[in-house]
Amino acid sequence: MDFDDVVNATVNVLRRAHTELPEDVVIAVRNAYEREENEIARRTLETILKNVEAAKKLKVPMCQDTGIPVFFVEIGRDLKLEFDLCEAIRVGVRRATLEIPLRPNAVHPITRENSGDNTGAHIPQINLELVDGDELRIVAMPKGAGSENVSALKMMLPTEVNKIKDFVVETVLRAGGKPCPPIFVGIGIGGTFDGATKLAKKALLRNVLEMNKFEFEILEAINNLGVGPMGLGGKTTALAVLCEIGHCHTASLPVAVNIQCWANRRAEIVLR
Amino acid sequence: MEYEIRTPLSVEEVLKLKVGDTVYVTGELFTARDEAHARALKWLDENKDLPFNFDKAVVYHCGPLVKKNDEWKVVSAGPTTSARMNPFTPKILERVSCMAIIGKGGMSDEVVEAMKGKAVYLAFTGGAGALAAQSIKKVKGVIWEDLGMPEAVWLVEVENFGPCIVAIDAHGGNLYKR
Repeated sequence: MDFDDVVNATVNVLRRAHTELPEDVVIAVRNAYEREENEIARRTLETILKNVEAAKKLKVPMCQDTGIPVFFVEIGRDLKLEFDLCEAIRVGVRRATLEIPLRPNAVHPITRENSGDNTGAHIPQINLELVDGDELRIVAMPKGAGSENVSALKMMLPTEVNKIKDFVVETVLRAGGKPCPPIFVGIGIGGTFDGATKLAKKALLRNVLEMNKFEFEILEAINNLGVGPMGLGGKTTALAVLCEIGHCHTASLPVAVNIQCWANRRAEIVLR
Repeated sequence: MEYEIRTPLSVEEVLKLKVGDTVYVTGELFTARDEAHARALKWLDENKDLPFNFDKAVVYHCGPLVKKNDEWKVVSAGPTTSARMNPFTPKILERVSCMAIIGKGGMSDEVVEAMKGKAVYLAFTGGAGALAAQSIKKVKGVIWEDLGMPEAVWLVEVENFGPCIVAIDAHGGNLYKR
């Protein structure tokens, strides 16, 4: 495995993430379409499904907000990488921007000047993790701003465990139609100020069809809000609630809610 | 009801649309989001003429993904979150006879009030960028390209752009408030 292999893998994994919605996500949208009774909600979900088909067939990004590039990379500890892995991913992002193409979204936060190639200071965001084995696993998760902008973090009191659900539901209610519902809700409970947000984002990588009782309870509460697809009403506000937990300081209870639009784009590629 | 509307708009056409109606747009529209709205208002405050006209127009809250080969082509172009344009929109509505906005997620009470008697808000499904691009037939021009691809103003020709749902009408009807 060399530098160019990682560049190519990055382009390929981004192309797949942008043009093909993961199967579990498509199933979740389709199930919602079949369950939904509100006429406008059904029309909206139908448009989403048609759009997913069109993107796949035409090999174009399903959404014009091709997001900010986020990667989760697992490095097998038996691997010896004699090149700059992060630089290879950056070069891959630049090439993907031209070839797929992707909308250049990365701007300087103060001057708002667009870098033109989706890279910049700390962008792409690359999360590295060491794992057993000799494989390199790259997961691409382009993240749009509509949903990222309504995400929230709260440093709750240790005695407020029973209020976690309320905080999540309030966050979704406040977001209304802005994050392109039906949404996916990633929750990080515990860790630190920044750790909770990382857990919330990582939760969004999970299979959306597998939820535990706690997650399902929150999902039900969210879908009782009536926000509906695109905020136009209906019982489909969220398609899944996914939660990751980390230990935290006895004096704190960080809770992060990372909201993801229906276009829960992610793809992975494994190199040996 | 289902309607096809054409640009430039007329007040009568805008007033007949009611929340829940489905609309397909044919004609010319332009994209404008945060930076374009901010600059447009700054120019208007300075009494400078704008290189595009909000009056009778269909304004699309969208930062398209475009590609240039021989000429510009729209690859993917769904709507962006309209709420970010809340602070600018009433001041623009003051200056027009009628207007339509295509966006997603709805707008503030202040905007809904300013829309009365002259403007409608059409919701197009957020994220449906590949589908939207199919009804954008031609890029007629790009204004303020220095703002970057998403923030520039793109003048485009559309044919049966939709389905859009009338989510806020010119009579105070608002599907986001139930």
